[in-house]
Amino acid sequence: MLDFALKVSVVLFAIAVILNLYRVAVGPSLPDRILALDTMYVNSIALIVLFGIWLGHRTYFEAALLIAMLGFVSTVAVCKYLLRGDIIE
Amino acid sequence: MIALYTLMEGIIAFFLIAGSIFALIGSLGLARMKDFYMRLHGPSKISTLGVGCVLLASIAYFSLLDSGPSLQELLITIFLFITAPVSAHLLSKSALHQKLERDPRTRGNPQELQEDDDEHTSEESPQGSSKLP
Repeated sequence: MLDFALKVSVVLFAIAVILNLYRVAVGPSLPDRILALDTMYVNSIALIVLFGIWLGHRTYFEAALLIAMLGFVSTVAVCKYLLRGDIIE
Repeated sequence: MIALYTLMEGIIAFFLIAGSIFALIGSLGLARMKDFYMRLHGPSKISTLGVGCVLLASIAYFSLLDSGPSLQELLITIFLFITAPVSAHLLSKSALHQKLERDPRTRGNPQELQEDDDEHTSEESPQGSSKLP
């Protein structure tokens, strides 16, 4: 049961990442693209956690934590650049 | 003992499926909705409910594997719950700063969008959010 649920959820998360990629490519404005990239890193955290469950290892947890922190920082940096024209004033 | 394992497996499978369905619905909303202010709504569901459910499943799985509590994944959950509103706030501020186009069905009438909005929503009251759908 767990194997089947893992496979189904990996497929659903992959479809979600593909939909986000569509929004990154099409998105008519810059905040749309930033929002889609933000959603993509959140989905990739979930994919990495699923991969760790699949292998039964704890190693991939640190990678997910790093992606969470760097993704948040990059989103805030790009938003700040759009808002003020500068990141660190 | 076998019954406990079966029960925990069912709980883990339920959390995995629920989280991935939430993520799919949120991404579908991101891809399908009309303007940016509507699209901002979907991804917050992913980062709270979708990834939250998957991390709960991971906590349950590794607790079962090690026969002891493993609460490391709560770090990611807490971090995402703290940072999701901050990034959504900054994104909406930058969208208002750029004066993005909005669908006429989007509710609300913020100050930043009013001057280029007068020609097609002039019949609205100043508190446009009180309008019924």
